[in-house]
Amino acid sequence: MSGGTVVRGWVGEAVGRRLRDPGFWAERAAIFALIAVVVVFGILSPNFLTVGNLEAVLLAGAILVVLAVGQTYAVVTAGIDLSLGATPTLASVMVGYVVGREGGTLLACLLAVLVATTFGVLSGLVISKGGITDFIVTLGALSVATGLALLISDGRPVEVFDPFLLTLATGSIGPIAYLMLLALVVAVAGHVLMFHTGFGTHLLATGGDKEAARNMGVNVDRVKVTAYAISGFLAGVAGIMLTARVGSAEPAVNTEFLLNSVASVVLGGVSLFGGRGSVAGPVAGALLLTALLNGLTLLGVSEYWQPVAVGSVVILSAFLTRYQR
Amino acid sequence: MATDDGSAILQVEEVAKHFGNVVALEGASMEAKDGEITAIVGDNGAGKSTLIKCVAGVHLPDRGRIVFGGEVVRFSSPEEARRAGIETVYQNLALVDELTIWQNLFLNREIKRGVGPVSFLDRKAMARRSEEMLSRLDIHIPSVHARVRRLSGGQRQAVAISRATGWGSRLIVMDEPTAALGVKESGRVEELILRLREEGHSLLVISHNFDQVLRLSDQIWVMRQGRVVGGRRTSETTGDELVALVTGANRGEPDEEGEA
Repeated sequence: MSGGTVVRGWVGEAVGRRLRDPGFWAERAAIFALIAVVVVFGILSPNFLTVGNLEAVLLAGAILVVLAVGQTYAVVTAGIDLSLGATPTLASVMVGYVVGREGGTLLACLLAVLVATTFGVLSGLVISKGGITDFIVTLGALSVATGLALLISDGRPVEVFDPFLLTLATGSIGPIAYLMLLALVVAVAGHVLMFHTGFGTHLLATGGDKEAARNMGVNVDRVKVTAYAISGFLAGVAGIMLTARVGSAEPAVNTEFLLNSVASVVLGGVSLFGGRGSVAGPVAGALLLTALLNGLTLLGVSEYWQPVAVGSVVILSAFLTRYQR
Repeated sequence: MATDDGSAILQVEEVAKHFGNVVALEGASMEAKDGEITAIVGDNGAGKSTLIKCVAGVHLPDRGRIVFGGEVVRFSSPEEARRAGIETVYQNLALVDELTIWQNLFLNREIKRGVGPVSFLDRKAMARRSEEMLSRLDIHIPSVHARVRRLSGGQRQAVAISRATGWGSRLIVMDEPTAALGVKESGRVEELILRLREEGHSLLVISHNFDQVLRLSDQIWVMRQGRVVGGRRTSETTGDELVALVTGANRGEPDEEGEA
């Protein structure tokens, strides 16, 4: 089959060319770094590469994966969603509020997602119609969501006893926990939406060159609002996951969610200038951060060093974006 | 005045446009014939860009009317103009650097497959059609999967032009198509423009470059201070005459409109 040989030769050449291109490595930095972290910790700690521990890493990373996908949609439009530090908290408090008043799980989850999505929609509207910088608007939203969470909960954490949420937190299909499965579904849907729909192309076009996109008739304002709505929606989902995992609704702000979601996106090779990125990259970035923290804990490194490690990794990875094509 | 012999694809009649106190156009008239390359020349601020933006639906004229394909049109958006068959290649080209060539060619005209409200991009079909669009115009580009960022200025211009021609458009408007290009690349783009005319496209081209206009066009309209001050068949004019019209040196000329 000479045709097959020709194709194989051509493919081999193309692969070789890609492997010599620094941009190829830069775009996949998170995945390679994740593999490196797994290998290094696997050598350093006998407990790291056990099935139980890897499951724990994936489970612990599930919420961050969901938030990283949401943050990706904001960043790819050349924006950033700082409200992700508080909207999951607000959603969690909503769940606690409704469940605590016998409102039912379904209503609790719907309201949680609705409130978080509304935050995204409003942020998107103020940014696009009001012409105010993403950074400022979502910083304001962060503060508003923080306050609302405190107001609704009266500043007190409440325990959430709910069979559905308990199953969500502890159940699994075979070795795959429900929370991991949910994160996987979000990641796959996020990827398909970005790269296999018209909206996804318009999203990347708006982030890459708003003026050009507008000239071609793309409704750039609607794209921006939708991107933040998606980020808000996923913050709501993350809030429900958080409530299930912790077993309570706590009004405390999760700044590490915000920082780690931005870190995952940067690790994942998404351009902060907008217009280019992936969903797989930030997902790998989120798992990388989680694995890093897990490994450091297993090695007995003080948890006070963990933010130092995360920050250093993020800054190092930002250097790699220089090599992007 | 613009003659109405049926061969005009576009007639602009006494179109005026001001922005606040600034009068950009004060009653400009011109026409473009079917299958021809029509050029608009003039100094900076003469109103060339405003005029074609009125034609392209970016601006709505304050006064006057625009007749396209025999019908009076009033476009309130570039989308409407595009649907009517007027495609514009903007000076900034409206290409997204971070997207691939095929994504740019099909931006906001994506080919989709699906059932009902659920539809997904047919990436293969768009890539294949993109290759056809480019090869039909003899445009050589390494791969339609390359990002526009990687292209030279001339290649970008070629991609933007082939996008404008690919949709059954009846008039292609170009704003300074070679302004940012070197000599060699300008030559390639000029060849492309001539090839489009051979294929029967009608083109309206703004240019600063008199030599280029004399090489390419069939009809030249000269603008000065928001008006069209003269029209000439390209075969019957010279660079000196155009310069005189642009600068206003032969203000006393009796027949300002020229034959059309």
